[in-house]
Amino acid sequence: MSAVVETHSLTKRYHDKLAVNALSLTIQEGEVFGFLGPNGAGKTTTILMLLGLTEPTSGHVSVCGFDPARQPLDVKRRVGYLPENPGFYEDLSARENLLYMARLNRIPDSEARRRTTEVLEQVGLSDDGQRLVREFSRGMKQRLGIAEVLVKNPLAVILDEPTLGIDPDGAIHILELIKSLNRERNLTVMLSSHQLQQVQEICSRVGIIVKGRLIVQGRMDELGRAILKERQWNFLLEVGGAADGLENDLRTIEGIDEIEKRSHGLFLRCTKDVRSDVVSLLARRSLPLLQLRSEDPTLEEIYLKYFRGA
Amino acid sequence: MSVVFWKELADHFSSRRFMILLVLIVLIGLWATYASGQAIRQDTENSPAQYVFLLLLTSNTDVLFSLATFLGFFGPLVGITLGFDSISGEYARGTLSRVLSQPIYRDSLINGKFFAGLTTVAILWGSILILVIGLGTTLLGFPPNAEEIWRMLIFTAVGVIYVGFWLALAMLFSLVFQKTVTAALASLAVWLFMSLFIAILSQGIAAAIVPDPSTAEQLAHRADIENIVSRISPSTLFSESVSILLNPAARVFGLALQSQAEGILPTPLALGQSLNLIWPHITTLFALVAVCFGISYIIFMRAEIRA
Repeated sequence: MSAVVETHSLTKRYHDKLAVNALSLTIQEGEVFGFLGPNGAGKTTTILMLLGLTEPTSGHVSVCGFDPARQPLDVKRRVGYLPENPGFYEDLSARENLLYMARLNRIPDSEARRRTTEVLEQVGLSDDGQRLVREFSRGMKQRLGIAEVLVKNPLAVILDEPTLGIDPDGAIHILELIKSLNRERNLTVMLSSHQLQQVQEICSRVGIIVKGRLIVQGRMDELGRAILKERQWNFLLEVGGAADGLENDLRTIEGIDEIEKRSHGLFLRCTKDVRSDVVSLLARRSLPLLQLRSEDPTLEEIYLKYFRGA
Repeated sequence: MSVVFWKELADHFSSRRFMILLVLIVLIGLWATYASGQAIRQDTENSPAQYVFLLLLTSNTDVLFSLATFLGFFGPLVGITLGFDSISGEYARGTLSRVLSQPIYRDSLINGKFFAGLTTVAILWGSILILVIGLGTTLLGFPPNAEEIWRMLIFTAVGVIYVGFWLALAMLFSLVFQKTVTAALASLAVWLFMSLFIAILSQGIAAAIVPDPSTAEQLAHRADIENIVSRISPSTLFSESVSILLNPAARVFGLALQSQAEGILPTPLALGQSLNLIWPHITTLFALVAVCFGISYIIFMRAEIRA
């Protein structure tokens, strides 16, 4: 494993506003890295610097071992980039759009034709290749964008908000596509998003950026721990039938700190996993168990906590 | 660069915009040539001029303007039409960041676009000339001679450089403003200024320097100042070059004092001599193109490409 993207105290300043502030980030080969943050946090600016589309004010960037500001072509040959709201030449067909990009990558014509067919199939657009892009829906355009990124056979791809403005079903399709590309081609993926609920499943690692600062980066479970210091055991318990005195019985179980009444059942804040004790208590009292659900903090909560904290 | 070039060229030729331009130019070209051709045919009193074909381009008998004047006026519009959305259009469609994230140098994009536009102009201009020659031969009954063909070819080259200036200017604006409409309006404003208001400006400046000319020398001085000021405008540079190029008998720009004109033989100039006269004009036009293009380069190379 080697680092595909590496930045070191990367900074971008627009007049007196710091868009990206001392960002240090590493993405290893074969990872799906989720670059998360609210709108205007500096995600796109960082990506532009990774591709040499804008110059960093200070700091060091290396992508596939090249400096994007000095050797942009070497970076662009290896890295595919899908911008937010990708645009296409609307008067050309999907296939012609792809062929143009292939030609810009100096892929020989016969090879380019073979590859466009292949990638169109991969993103599920093989029947629409001859249609003009202007007839495409948003989701189709997004998939076409992914196809175009793949035409050059990249080592890594950078996707800026790949699910933005797409219905949930379409978004899942796109994320599954990204995941399968990562698995099958060992493609390194960096994707930025502000909808972390959507992307959290496919990311092997995430970084959260708020106001230009990378607050935290790591694997999902590590993130939770890092924020909440220690794992919390929270459960939601719902029982059927007459549950008089259940609260008092629950209090006798070791490890349950607090009991809170919720609209559907009881919320238990505990210091350890008490589920087996709770279940056996219910069995003793022969109360039907409707649900006992772990209420771990989701990434959403973690994320919100960061946003507010920043 | 060649990839961008061919794509842009194909775009130009398949665009409706180009079709409209082509139809317009061909119709006006045919009409102007036909009208001046008829006028030359019916003029039985004078023996035909030595360079009849050049006369087809420059004579404005029976027509409001000659074909050369028309091209001088209309050429900028062609350049602006082909250039005003070259970069801003890519911004608007969101294709610029995709194209520039491919392994190409940024300059190949603007070079490709510029040369594709220039080639389109050259093809348009060339086809008008071929039309004129064809129609002229039918009307007059004899083909153009070698000198005329040379002069027409150089006229085409100068014309392409001239339109190239407007193309480069429109591209510069489309780069600076990033909005297609603003770029188009700014280009049109410059075009209006350079082709119409420059005359007023040069007259004003000349009148301010030489308030009321009484002697011939003062008059000539005033005319000189007017000429010099109006040469800021590429339109003036073009029309002056054309007036020399397509009229072998012409040997001065604007006014000449009697003393200066004395002793001049009324014989046509050789092509080389005509070229000598307009060489500074051509060089300046070329330099103007280079300046516009250079500025575009500097801005574009360092620009941040945000979709």
